Amino acid sequence: MEKEVDARGLLCPEPVLLTKQVLDAVPGGIVKVLVSNAAARENVSRLAENRGWRVEVSRQNEDFLLVLQK
Amino acid sequence: MKSKRWLVAATGGILGLMAVILVQMGNPPNMGYCIACFLRDIAGGLGFHRAAPVQYVRPEILGLVLGAFIASRFTGEFRAIGGSSPFTRFALGFWAMIGMLVFLGCPVRLVLRLAGGDFNAGVGLLGLVAGVIVGVRFLKSGFSLGRAVPQKSANGYVFTGFVGLVLVLLLALPSLLFFSEKGPGAMHAPLLVSLVFGLIAGFLAQRSRLCMIGGIRDYIFFRDAHLLYGFAAVFALALAGNLTVGAFKVGFAGQPVAHVDGLWNFLGMTLAGWASVLLGGCPLRQLVAAAEGNTDSAVTIAGFVAGAAAAHNFGLAASPAGVPVAGQVAVILGLVIVLILSFANCPAAVKGGVAVGKGS
Repeated sequence: MEKEVDARGLLCPEPVLLTKQVLDAVPGGIVKVLVSNAAARENVSRLAENRGWRVEVSRQNEDFLLVLQK
Repeated sequence: MKSKRWLVAATGGILGLMAVILVQMGNPPNMGYCIACFLRDIAGGLGFHRAAPVQYVRPEILGLVLGAFIASRFTGEFRAIGGSSPFTRFALGFWAMIGMLVFLGCPVRLVLRLAGGDFNAGVGLLGLVAGVIVGVRFLKSGFSLGRAVPQKSANGYVFTGFVGLVLVLLLALPSLLFFSEKGPGAMHAPLLVSLVFGLIAGFLAQRSRLCMIGGIRDYIFFRDAHLLYGFAAVFALALAGNLTVGAFKVGFAGQPVAHVDGLWNFLGMTLAGWASVLLGGCPLRQLVAAAEGNTDSAVTIAGFVAGAAAAHNFGLAASPAGVPVAGQVAVILGLVIVLILSFANCPAAVKGGVAVGKGS
C-alpha cells in the first residue's frame, strides 16, 4: 500500500498534521510526503521516526521528497 | 535527531544569556531581547508612531534578519515562496502585536520576564497557552491559510533588502531617524554589540528553527517536546544569568516595563498565541522565515509593524501604569476578528482520516 501527502507550500504544523492523519490511518507500508521547506522536512521526519517509520529524504527540484517506510 | 535537539537547546540558551548581557550593557530590564518591543521601537525610530519613549531602530532585529539570511543562503535553504493568504496574515500579525503590546512583550520576552522573577509573565504564559490551545483546535478542524507557491527568487530578497537599507540609515544617516531621549527607547546596549548579538541569534535561530509558539503548539498537538527544549533553555540560562548579576526579583508589583493587570496580561497573550498559531510561528520565527525568502512572513512583519504603530497612535499599548480602556477594547476586538478569520479559513465540512492536498 502506498500513500502520498502533498504538503508543498504549507507552513508548520500543517505538513506534520497531514502526515499524521495518514500515518494514523495505515499500519505500515510506504508513505511519500512532499514538503517545501527544511523546517517541515525535519518536523515530518521527527514525527515519522518517533513512530517507528524509516525516513529517506531526497530533493525533488526545489522541494523535498520524504519516503516513509514501515 | 538528538543533535538537532541539542542545537535548539543551545540556541535558546545562547539567546537567554545574550539577553542578560544586553540588559547589563544598557537594554531595558528583562528586555534583552523582545521581538514585539523592538519592532515597536523600530516603528517609532522610523516615525510610524510618535510615542517619544519608544523610538529606536533596534540593531538586534536588523542583525537577526541578516544572520538568518546569511545562514539560509549558506545552507541553500533560502527560497522565495509566498501567496498563502498574505493579507489575512497581515491582519493576524497586526492583532497579535496589539495583544503583545497590551501584555508588554513577545513570547521571548515573556520567558525573559519569567526568568527575571516577574510573576505577571506567568499569567501571560497561561494566556499564551490558552491561545495556542484554541488555535490548535482550529488547526485540527482543518484551518489553513492555503498553500504558498514558489516565486521568482528576486521576491525573496526584498525583505532583507529593506532591512539592509534601514541598517544603512542607522549607521550612515541616523539624523533621518527618531531616537528616544528617555524611556525604554533610550535604553540600549552599544549598537555594534546589539548588531553582532542579533547576527548570532539569527544565524542560530535559522539553523535550529527555534520557535517559542511552536514549542507549546507541538507539545499540545503531538506531545513533541523538541522545540520546548529551546523554550526551557532560554529560561534556564536567563535565570542563571539574572541570579549571577543580581537582576532576579520575585513578585508581581514593581516589575520593570510590566503592569499587574492580570486579566489583560492573560487576554493579551491569548490573542497573541492564537494568532501566532494560525500564522505558523512566533514573531521570532516569522522574522527568520521572512529572511529565508518567505514573502508571506514578510507581509506578517509588516502587519506587526503596522500593529505597533497603531497601538501607540491610538493609545492602545499598555504601560507600567496599566492597560488603557482603548487597549482593552482593542484586545476584545482582536479576539473577535481572529475568531472570524479562524472560522472563515476552515473548510465547511471536515472529515477525519486522509484529507490530503488541501487548498491547492
